[in-house]
Amino acid sequence: MQRPMGRLLRVDLTSGRIATEDIRPDWQRDYLGGRGLAARYLCAELDPRVDPLSPANRLIFATGPLTGTPVPCGARYMVVTKGALTHAITTSNSGGHWGPELRFAGYDMVIVEGRAPKPVYLYICNDHVELRDAKAYWGQAVGATEDGLRRELGIPGLRVACIGPGGEKLVRFACIMNDKHRAAGRSGVGAVMGSKNLKAIAVRGTGGVEVAEPAAFMKAVWAMRAAMQDHPGRMAFTELGTAATIDMTQAFGGLPTRNFLAGQFEHYENLSGTTIRETRMVANKACFACTIACGRVTRLDPHAPRHLVNMHPRNWKRAGEGPEYENAWALGADCGVGDLDAVIRANWLCNDLGLDPISMGASLAAAMELYERGVIGDDQVEMPLRFGSAEALLRMVEATAYREGFGDEIAEGSKRMGEKFRHPEVFMGVKGQEFPAYDPRAFQGMGVAFATCNRGACHLRAWTPGVETSGAMDPHTPAGKSEWVVIEQNRTTAHDNTGTCMFIGGSGAPLESLAPCTAAVRGIPCSVDDLVRIGERTGNLERLFNLKAGLTRADDTLPQRLLQDAHQSGPSAGVVVNLDAMLPVYYRERGWSEAGVPTREKLAELGLASV
Amino acid sequence: MTRMLDIVPDRCTGCMQCELACSWVQTGSFAPSRSLIRVSVFDEEASYAPITCLQCDEAWCMNACPVNAIAVDPATGAKRVVDPLCIGCHLCTIACPFGTVFTLPQSGKAAKCDLCGGQPACATACPTQAIVYGESPQAGRWFASWGAKVDRNFVAAGDA
Ligand code: SF4
Ligand code: SF4
Repeated sequence: MQRPMGRLLRVDLTSGRIATEDIRPDWQRDYLGGRGLAARYLCAELDPRVDPLSPANRLIFATGPLTGTPVPCGARYMVVTKGALTHAITTSNSGGHWGPELRFAGYDMVIVEGRAPKPVYLYICNDHVELRDAKAYWGQAVGATEDGLRRELGIPGLRVACIGPGGEKLVRFACIMNDKHRAAGRSGVGAVMGSKNLKAIAVRGTGGVEVAEPAAFMKAVWAMRAAMQDHPGRMAFTELGTAATIDMTQAFGGLPTRNFLAGQFEHYENLSGTTIRETRMVANKACFACTIACGRVTRLDPHAPRHLVNMHPRNWKRAGEGPEYENAWALGADCGVGDLDAVIRANWLCNDLGLDPISMGASLAAAMELYERGVIGDDQVEMPLRFGSAEALLRMVEATAYREGFGDEIAEGSKRMGEKFRHPEVFMGVKGQEFPAYDPRAFQGMGVAFATCNRGACHLRAWTPGVETSGAMDPHTPAGKSEWVVIEQNRTTAHDNTGTCMFIGGSGAPLESLAPCTAAVRGIPCSVDDLVRIGERTGNLERLFNLKAGLTRADDTLPQRLLQDAHQSGPSAGVVVNLDAMLPVYYRERGWSEAGVPTREKLAELGLASV
Repeated sequence: MTRMLDIVPDRCTGCMQCELACSWVQTGSFAPSRSLIRVSVFDEEASYAPITCLQCDEAWCMNACPVNAIAVDPATGAKRVVDPLCIGCHLCTIACPFGTVFTLPQSGKAAKCDLCGGQPACATACPTQAIVYGESPQAGRWFASWGAKVDRNFVAAGDA
């Protein structure tokens, strides 16, 4: 038996028209689902040159064929749109329970277009789909919005994806939050949602996900479960969460500190996975169907300074989630803040106000550098933006979300902010998007991974520190890095298309184990080579979108700080990123021209000739 | 000996694998809303716990049923809905003090945990052993004290 064709929901906010469509079977075959399928729809429907915040932009929420099934960590959905931060295609992934609920309601994808005349939210309960007035929620934080919608609609099992004040105020790195603490975080997808006057999508689904070949499917699922059960990677994620990574990056001098001015942070131990677990964590929390449960539910130290606990009555909270490694770094080491309670609190604020903590922390770090160098003076800021100031961290997160005072500058992201103050060199990122927590001077591979990622600097498209520190490669030389990054990008892209979480790869269930699941769920044979090919096709399609949007080879680059200024001390001292050696190899491995354009032959080979 | 599912709330991560497994066995599709075990999430308290039928010795659902459609499974002691007999009157759903009997939307008949005939799918699926299949006197630690209190109130009310 073959699973009935997927359905998508199309919502035109301008006219209020709502319709369902069958998903095109040929595209489903070529792209599987999630990131790839949504990218295909975006490329077909959107002129890549539009302003991302204009009504013409599309905002697509897409699940994969394994979302909502018991495949470990089959919780994921993708938000695909033209990013407000990057002006390139973006693909922001989130877990929790919202994606599965959408499938239980009977939809694999939602395409939002246009702009509502006034704030609305979309309510989906199986076949009942309705746009409702969101006046009561406009201006509300994420937690209050979700609680309020549950109360208004009277459905305890309701799942909500929404924006906070950050998205409403069009902060360029605003995110879309679901289940209060899960984020489709990067590239400003929340700003796109805000520009459409769409506050939330509230979903309840009482149907189920059908599987074409149940026996084969359950066998494949249990093979994955067995492989993950005693795998050291899985156990480390459960025990210490992602923040365990900080020990590794610190040891290799690859923990960017104070806006990448140093590669090691003196207070890193305060932010480590072990410290979080031993002093602040109350429980593990899992996303839907997740057998890892890397999520940390945390409480502040009861003796934490009062300003940390209750800065502003509208944002007061007792318990929350995080920090993840990236957030501990961005809000901690990158801003020079070693106070764990301040970092946790800033993380909760980002969650509740709907900001991407990576870009938030990194943009603040850039502002702090400007302040320390005297470029911005005390008359321009309400408080000294010194590296290491917990007060500044907490206040600026809020100020950014509401665009108050200097927060209005930070809200534009550090690229635009740096240019405005005539110091573009403080921007640490690619294609307008700030780097995540790996210094490419310590891990060369991350240099080419960041430079070439379709959605700007991102660690989730090819993660090289693992292989670079395993002894198989020298982390400081370019040899072999580009080849590895190409393979890894193709594999992770395929992984994204299935609707499962990236972390199963490091937990004993690599892409190979997803092939039989994917085959059984659809009743169509699927090998790992097929998946890799789907990944490659998706990556090339995204590249085509970016080229048409006006990006060129010149955008596949890194800041001068990484290419010219080496660290003075530490394990990565004296190393700069040799991107000139890696980029041509990368293009060649991809089958692209020297200008970074996919060749005619490559496109024909991937079935993209007509795009 | 009656057997039952013992819940250890501290171990639960809220992953819903139990709901998926239950709905799969009971309905043949992955539909958590049809599961007979339900996970409650208390976000601000950082606590999650599944709850399902406790297989009471003196099962109120069974006593309430006017047509004796709830029977004891001799193998496990589970209280089982005999589907052809059920008339869909909902009395058992009201009688259960724990709210663990549900109505199936398609048929309008009652559905409750039957311990999967002795191999409960939820306990197998739980990655953290938060659901333990065991003998009932040892099991039910979580609800034992609460149950004892309810029993006392019930007896006291009957005496008065
Ligand atoms: S359904 Fe309720 S009353 Fe019946 S045996 Fe289970 S817990 Fe007891
Ligand atoms: S499977 Fe186990 S850990 Fe997951 S929700 Fe159910 S009881 Fe909790």
